[in-house]
Amino acid sequence: MSIQKVRAHISQNEALLFERSSPGKRGYQLPGLDVPPVDPAAALGAENVRVEIEGFPEVSEVEAIRHFTRLSTWNYAIDYGMYPLGSCTMKYNPRVNELVARTEGLAWAHPYQPEALSQGAMEVMARLEAALLEITGMDAVTLQPAAGAHGELTGILLVRACLEKRGNPRKKILIPDSAHGTNPATAAIAGYAVENIRSSERGTLDLAALEQAVTEEVAALMVTNPNTLGVFEENIARVSELLHRKGAMLYMDGANMNALVGITRPGDFGVDVMHLNLHKTFSTPHGGGGPGGGPVAVKKVLEPFLPVPRLKRAGKKWTWNYKRPDSIGRVRAFYGNFGVLVRALAYILAHGGEGLRNATLDAVLNANYLRKKLEPYFDLPYPLPNMHEVVFSDDRQSRRGVRTGDIAKRLIDYGFHPYTVSFPLIVHGALMIEPTETEGKLELDQFADALVSIAAEVESDPDLVKSAPHSTRTSRVDEVTAARRPVVRWKPASTGSQAAG
Amino acid sequence: MYPENFRYTKEHEWVLVEAGIGTIGITDHAQQELGDIVYVDLPKVGAAVDQGKSLGSVESVKAVSDVYSPVSGEVIEVNHALSEAPEKLNQDPHGDAWLVKVRLTAPGEISNLLSAAEYQSYIGAEK
Repeated sequence: MSIQKVRAHISQNEALLFERSSPGKRGYQLPGLDVPPVDPAAALGAENVRVEIEGFPEVSEVEAIRHFTRLSTWNYAIDYGMYPLGSCTMKYNPRVNELVARTEGLAWAHPYQPEALSQGAMEVMARLEAALLEITGMDAVTLQPAAGAHGELTGILLVRACLEKRGNPRKKILIPDSAHGTNPATAAIAGYAVENIRSSERGTLDLAALEQAVTEEVAALMVTNPNTLGVFEENIARVSELLHRKGAMLYMDGANMNALVGITRPGDFGVDVMHLNLHKTFSTPHGGGGPGGGPVAVKKVLEPFLPVPRLKRAGKKWTWNYKRPDSIGRVRAFYGNFGVLVRALAYILAHGGEGLRNATLDAVLNANYLRKKLEPYFDLPYPLPNMHEVVFSDDRQSRRGVRTGDIAKRLIDYGFHPYTVSFPLIVHGALMIEPTETEGKLELDQFADALVSIAAEVESDPDLVKSAPHSTRTSRVDEVTAARRPVVRWKPASTGSQAAG
Repeated sequence: MYPENFRYTKEHEWVLVEAGIGTIGITDHAQQELGDIVYVDLPKVGAAVDQGKSLGSVESVKAVSDVYSPVSGEVIEVNHALSEAPEKLNQDPHGDAWLVKVRLTAPGEISNLLSAAEYQSYIGAEK
C-alpha cells in the first residue's frame, strides 16, 4: 500500500506569526560573548536603545520560512501563467535580468562608496540614460523617481519650475476623462487645478474641445498615448502645437510605452516631458509592490530643472554634479532604485534595437489576435484599431445580470489572473485586456477559450459565474465592509477586536 | 422614481431649490452605476461652489468619482451622517442621503439643468 500525498502542505489557513509565537523561541543561537561587554546605552545614548518590542513574534527559523513560503503559494504570478491586467503591462521578467543584477559588484555596491569605486555602477546608469533617450527621442532623463506616479509628480514639478522661472507657474492641468487616476492626483499635489477634457465619440482626444480649453492659464496637458483604450492619439502632433502656441506643455504618461518602443518616439511627436515605467515596459519586477522605476525624460527646455545629482563626465570618469541652481532638488534618496535600473538595462541590451521593436510588434499582434477571437462574444464599445491592449464591455453579459467583475472572478477558476475591471471609466463595465508580447499562441488560445466558455456559461448558468471563483481558498470577500471599515492592524484577541473579517 | 420638483445634471446630480436654498445629491442612477459607496468627501460649511465644478467626491468599491455642483452658491449645511453611513447613498439617494445645502448666488442657472423627464430620457440613451 502506498500513501499518496495530495497536497503540498496541510495548512488550509495560515496562522499569523503573531499567533504562532511562543515566548523564548528563537530562530538562531549566538555563541557566548568572548569580548568585554559594552553598555549600549553608554555607547549609543539611552534614547536610542530599545529594551523589548512588546508582542514581537517569537518563532523558529523553519516556522518563519514555511509561513512565508506557504503564503507565496497562495499568490498568482507571471511565472505561473498569463497575467492580462490591462494598463499594467505584466510581462515576463527574463532571468538574465536577475543574473546581471546579482553580479557582485552591482548587488553589493553601497551608495556611500566613493565615486572612484562606483564607476561601473555609474556607467550602468549612464548607458541606461542613453538607451532611454534613444528610445524616447528626448534630450535628458532622470532615473531617480521610484515608480510611475512618482515620475508624474516629478515631471509636473519640472513644468512648474520652468514656468515659474518664466514668471508665471499658471493654474491648470488638463486631463482627458480616459486618464489614469494618478494623473489628476499628480496635478493636485503639484498645486494645480484639474480640468477634465471629454473624449470624442471615438474615444480619443477631442481637438475642438481641447482648443477651447487651452488658455494662458493652462500649464500642461497630461495624456497617455496610446490612451487607456489602447488607441493611438493620431492627432498628437497637432495637440502639441495647440499647447505650445499658448505656452503650455505636453506631458505624456508613458504607461503604454510598450506599444511604441522601436516604432515611434514621443520626442518626435511633440512631447515635452514624460515618464517611463521600467516595471512595465522594461520587464523589471512588479512583484511585492515594487520597487519600481519611473525615469522622467524631458526636452532641453526642462533639463536645468531635473533632480540632483546629475551624472557628469569629467575626463575619463563619471562624477555626480550637485551644482545645479535651477534643480527642483532630490526626489528620492541617492540615485533611484538602482537594482531596477540594472535589470532594465539588461533587458534593453539583451534585446537590442531590433529585438525591442519586435517585442512591440508582438505585443500589438497579441492584443489584436485576442480582439479578433473575442469580438464575436463581447461588446467592443470603441472599435478603432487598437494597439497593445483591447477594451471590451460587459454590455451583452450584463443583460443576464453578470458584470465584468463576475467574469473576471470566473476567469480565476480557469487558471488565469483577471483582466483589469471597471477601467477606463469611459467604458461602462470594462474588460481591459493586455496580453503583452510574453504570451505565445498556445497561451493566448487557452485564454480566449476560457473567456468564450465563460460567455457561454453566462447564457446557460449565470449563477455559476456570479458566485465564482469556486476553486480558491476564499471566494467572494466582503469588499464593501473592507473599504468602509478597514481593519489595518492585527491586535491580540485579548486586548481588542481581531482582524478576522 | 425621479422627483418632478428636482432638477438634474448630465453628470448625475440633482438639486431641489426651495426659498433660495438648493439641496444637492446624486441620482439613483448614479448610485446604481457606482455600486456600493464606501466613502463620501464633502466641502466645509462656508465653502463656495460653482456650477459644473467639483464640490466633493464619492468613492465606491470601483472608483472615486467627482460630484459636480448643479448650482453656484455658498455651502450652509453638510450631511455629516454620510461620513458614518455612506451606504445611505445607495439606500435613499433622493431623500435622506442629500449631500449639501447651498445658498444660491445665481438662481438663474437652474434653467441650464434637466427636468425629470429630460434626465430620464438622457440616462435611457446613455450607455
